[in-house]
Amino acid sequence: MLPGADIIMVMIKTKNLNKYYKDLLAVDNVNLEIEEGECFGLLGTNGAGKTSLIRMLTAVSPPTRGDIWVGGKDLKTYSRQIKAIVGVVPQIDNLDLDLTVRENLVTFARYFSIPRDEAHRRSTEVLNLFELEVKRDSNIKELSGGMKRRLLLARGFLNLPRILVLDEPTIGLDPQARFLVWHKLTELKSRGVTELLCTQNMEEAATLCDRVAIMHLGKILTLDTPSNLVSRYVGKEVGEIEVNPEEMDRTIRVMVSNGLDFEYAGNRIYVFHVPVDKFSKGPADLSARIKRRAATLEDVFLRLTGRSLVE
Amino acid sequence: MKLFSWRFIRVWQRNKDVFFKLWHSEAPGFVAEPLIVLIAMGFGLGAYVTMVEGQRYIEFLAPGIIAAYAMFSASFECTYASFVRMEFQKTFDAIITTPLNVEDVIAGEIFWGATRSFMTGTIILVIAVAFQLVHSPWAVLIPVLAFLEGIMFASIAICYTSIVPAIYSFNYYFTLFITPMFLLSGVFFPLDSFSEIVQGLSWLAPLTPAVRLTRALVNGDIQLELLWSLAVIVLVAAVFFSISLVTMRRRLTV
Repeated sequence: MLPGADIIMVMIKTKNLNKYYKDLLAVDNVNLEIEEGECFGLLGTNGAGKTSLIRMLTAVSPPTRGDIWVGGKDLKTYSRQIKAIVGVVPQIDNLDLDLTVRENLVTFARYFSIPRDEAHRRSTEVLNLFELEVKRDSNIKELSGGMKRRLLLARGFLNLPRILVLDEPTIGLDPQARFLVWHKLTELKSRGVTELLCTQNMEEAATLCDRVAIMHLGKILTLDTPSNLVSRYVGKEVGEIEVNPEEMDRTIRVMVSNGLDFEYAGNRIYVFHVPVDKFSKGPADLSARIKRRAATLEDVFLRLTGRSLVE
Repeated sequence: MKLFSWRFIRVWQRNKDVFFKLWHSEAPGFVAEPLIVLIAMGFGLGAYVTMVEGQRYIEFLAPGIIAAYAMFSASFECTYASFVRMEFQKTFDAIITTPLNVEDVIAGEIFWGATRSFMTGTIILVIAVAFQLVHSPWAVLIPVLAFLEGIMFASIAICYTSIVPAIYSFNYYFTLFITPMFLLSGVFFPLDSFSEIVQGLSWLAPLTPAVRLTRALVNGDIQLELLWSLAVIVLVAAVFFSISLVTMRRRLTV
């Protein structure tokens, strides 16, 4: 191995990043290092600050305090150069309604100063990639929600980005289209593209992301690989028990006396880090009723951000 | 304040492409309407009007219509149309994720608005020439003047657009600003029929110097004091252009 070949380049770095909207603190002192070629997931409830963070990282909105470097360059000074190598797939559909599908792509390529012939070639390519070729001459209004989303993705690929920033890229897509998108994102990652994926789909984050950060009320609560997060916060398996309201208090006491790591919401008790042997020795009525299942990132997310609605 | 770059041309191109796709829906506003006003007022009302220097009324009216409709073109483009692109279609939000900055987008909008004024001014000029209402070769400068006037009105309009909460706010802009100017800036009758106070006030309306210059070019009545009118247009354009870059950045990059 060559000396230095194992040095990982940091693609996106933030230092003490803050964003206020008047008195509302939307992003609270975020320090991130996203490595080149990784898929980095950003999870969070609505209003957690994900979109605010992404808007700052894509040079669309200035931080109230703190610094951002992309590819080693200061974003404040080199915003144009940086925007040229970033592909953005926004959450809100902002396709150009005055233009057809193909015109949308060609016009967008022009913002990147991609020469005309090349713009046409790449437009055809991304239309094929997202199976939109038959809709090339349609107006945007004629597209279904899923097609619009695919076109937004296609548009984000036009400038052959080294960094892809995706804000809820598969929201509203049917499973077929979602798998298509996942496949493309995996393929791009294997070609060295860095991906920042903002999502509320935990399966998506677990499938695609090398590391995920969970954001809540503007802060990064935790950051690790999906499997490490699962084993750290909830263990391999989660046990669920349905309990009648009148026996809730008693059951909780049993849980506590057994030293179990649990949480309850409504009529349901969730047991984390389910200890196989210990639990089998537990109260007979409970061990019979407990339903064990594999723990997921969703359990981690709910555990850390709470089970009640935030907004 | 940040300046814009050459990249503004991309936004201008985008608007141009859309305009030429949909031009038939725009044509009534910038061709048919001024033509109807010119004929109705010029020939209809003009039959009852005697001008002091033996000029026909329609000859007096034509340059006013050129300047006024150049104003309308830039004003509509950079109020309703820009607002729809900005708020409803989120087109500006999409563009500023590319190497273009807010300032490029706004400069593109303003220069496109000015281009609309240029096209409108030129088309009405050609019509006026066809009606034999233009008597001076100086009139070849009218398209350039219409473009400059367009930069001024597009800048004022974008400034207003940058602060309005909703699309119905433009009713105020047209009812209280554009329409009074249309009627009171010397388009339909000479300002010297007003008292000196009103004449002084009419200088506050940026359409007045535009009408004055256009009329001078049509009549070949070139005097040094026209430079004042030109200076007013350049100054107003520069001030509002600069302000709009700041206020739009504030609005779009929260």
